[in-house]
Amino acid sequence: MNRILYPFDGKLLRKNRKKLRRELLADGSVRIKRRIAVLGGSTCDDIVLMLELFLLDSGIEPEFYISDYNKFYEDAVFGSEKLDSFSPDIVFIHTTSRNLTMLPDRTDESPEQINERLEAQFDLFKQVWTSIAQKFACPIIQNNFELPLCRQSGNYDGWGYYGKSAFISRLNVMMSDYARKINGFYINDISYLSACIGLEKWHDAEAWYLYKYAMSLDVIPDLAYSAACIIKSICGRNKKVLDLDLDNTLWGGVIGDDGQEGIEIGHETAVGQSFTEFQSFVKEYKNYGVLLAVCSKNDEENALLGLNHPDCILKPDDFASIKANWDSKDRNIESAAEELNLLTESFVFIDDNPAECEIIKAQLPETAVINLTSVQEAMYRLSRSGYFEITSLSADDLKRSEMYAANAKRAAVRKRYSDYSEYLLSLEMRAEISDFTPLALGRITQLTNKSNQFNLTTRRYTEKEMEKIAESDTHIRLCGRLSDKFGDNGIVSVVIGRCEGDTLHIELWLMSCRILKRGMELAMLDSLAEKCRERGIKRIIGYYFKTAKNNMVSELFGSFGFRLDEKSDNGDSVWSLDLDGYKNKNKSIEVRTGEKNEQK
Amino acid sequence: MNKNEIMNRLTNVFRDVFDDDSIVITPSTTSADIEDWDSIEHINLVGAVENEFGLRFRMKEVSGMKNVGEMLDIICERGKNV
Repeated sequence: MNRILYPFDGKLLRKNRKKLRRELLADGSVRIKRRIAVLGGSTCDDIVLMLELFLLDSGIEPEFYISDYNKFYEDAVFGSEKLDSFSPDIVFIHTTSRNLTMLPDRTDESPEQINERLEAQFDLFKQVWTSIAQKFACPIIQNNFELPLCRQSGNYDGWGYYGKSAFISRLNVMMSDYARKINGFYINDISYLSACIGLEKWHDAEAWYLYKYAMSLDVIPDLAYSAACIIKSICGRNKKVLDLDLDNTLWGGVIGDDGQEGIEIGHETAVGQSFTEFQSFVKEYKNYGVLLAVCSKNDEENALLGLNHPDCILKPDDFASIKANWDSKDRNIESAAEELNLLTESFVFIDDNPAECEIIKAQLPETAVINLTSVQEAMYRLSRSGYFEITSLSADDLKRSEMYAANAKRAAVRKRYSDYSEYLLSLEMRAEISDFTPLALGRITQLTNKSNQFNLTTRRYTEKEMEKIAESDTHIRLCGRLSDKFGDNGIVSVVIGRCEGDTLHIELWLMSCRILKRGMELAMLDSLAEKCRERGIKRIIGYYFKTAKNNMVSELFGSFGFRLDEKSDNGDSVWSLDLDGYKNKNKSIEVRTGEKNEQK
Repeated sequence: MNKNEIMNRLTNVFRDVFDDDSIVITPSTTSADIEDWDSIEHINLVGAVENEFGLRFRMKEVSGMKNVGEMLDIICERGKNV
């Protein structure tokens, strides 16, 4: 994995795609499987082939359904047996301005008639989306529309009633309005992408006449990458931490040599301005829930001196981890990951020093690396890479940094107690454990799809699948949120069990690594046992499915007092617990169970 | 660059596109001679050849090329990177 990094050479990727595919499939990675239906308004084969490469490279093994040529509307609205039996996890509607049938093409219509055209055009697509949502209840990715290259009326085309560009822009706004309202509907912004690449390069009429491709073959990798980023994000493959060097990355100059007054930051110089803009740019990632970290070869004292420069936008408090020392940077990334309970694969490392970047690439190939050669290049690469593609934004995302800051305070308190259970009691932890609620469902799904380490079965669910589970009579669901005197951690644990007679099969058990070793898993087990008793369930069967990342819970059921029933050669195991005489295990958390556990 | 050298580079493009290092092409090679040479791969092949030699095939040529020899003639005539 991680063979194809942005920026890639699209022409080379296209030429070598067969070989790349073969190598990716043979590299032994464990991938999650996803069924993706691509409904096209033009030829899709090359797009699907590229999409497959990008997804394989990021841990997703796709199986595709491709609609017949330009049958996106028919497949969606009238249905197709093949598509129905394929039962997609994700639908990607690959349409372009070539599929707009209502574009203004005469100048004797009234403004109202043009508006009617717009409504009719939008409605046609809306039929597609609503049919798919009804039938498959799965995420939908829809291209918006690219501007035309040729404009008969010149600049008028972009604003006049009869302008095609104006029509397309208005349609794009309508689609964005729709996307904001509808859960699980995502726009692949080819309007941005085509502008970014340039309409002259994007459009290739001959590719349309010859093969019915709606854009130049050379830009297909870019288009597919953009869609792949959305899919990766939906599947929980986003990065989580932006780990930054300091000298000549966050400011100009070397703090250890130049001193606080000598580094370039602020609006006095051009170089200073560029770093100020970079710091603002980075800070906005934090607003989206990305954790920031520092990885710098400096004395810590000097690092803090730099970050406390009056013109620095980023202050020491903005960082979930600051590693400023003379150890190797791969060691520092590993230890930051350990402290934050994250994996090094969740890190994006930015450094101006190419040698440091090479070391990370060699030592931690799973970590994404951006060698900063100029501030604007780093910002562009970061934004186009899709490492932090946003598809859902929970209340948790917005205050993640606060939660990690609270963790640092807990760690400080921890040092004062020699007895761990006393420390736990001193935290004054309170948990709310309840059934799923509509408001919490988004966060539950998000947590489910990105938890890797404390996750017994690593089952993934789309939002719609989770909605079905939430309504099911044959499932017991628990979601738990944990707070203490330092702050609220939000929803941190999810359990789903399927009832079968007097037995409960645990299909999902996961917990955020943010709150490891706090006893929350015991509180969840107590609540589960209680729910089981209410329903007359006598036995719980627990499953551990081994992955490369969830070794920490291989013995979890054992530690709960489950009996080991089966252990397979591949490391999977099955456990059972007789609920007769079950005694509550949680001693450190005050638990409130209730029907309400709303995401605030 | 003579036809032999172009043929060598063309062979490498074919080997990359079809992921088969044993492919040997001659002027008389057609899509029937290479197992994976279907309409989807044809599009990719044409694009890869265009990028390799810095030319753009005309629409008539794309649909009219009967064998590798005809492709070679066009490259010799119009390729910029030859």
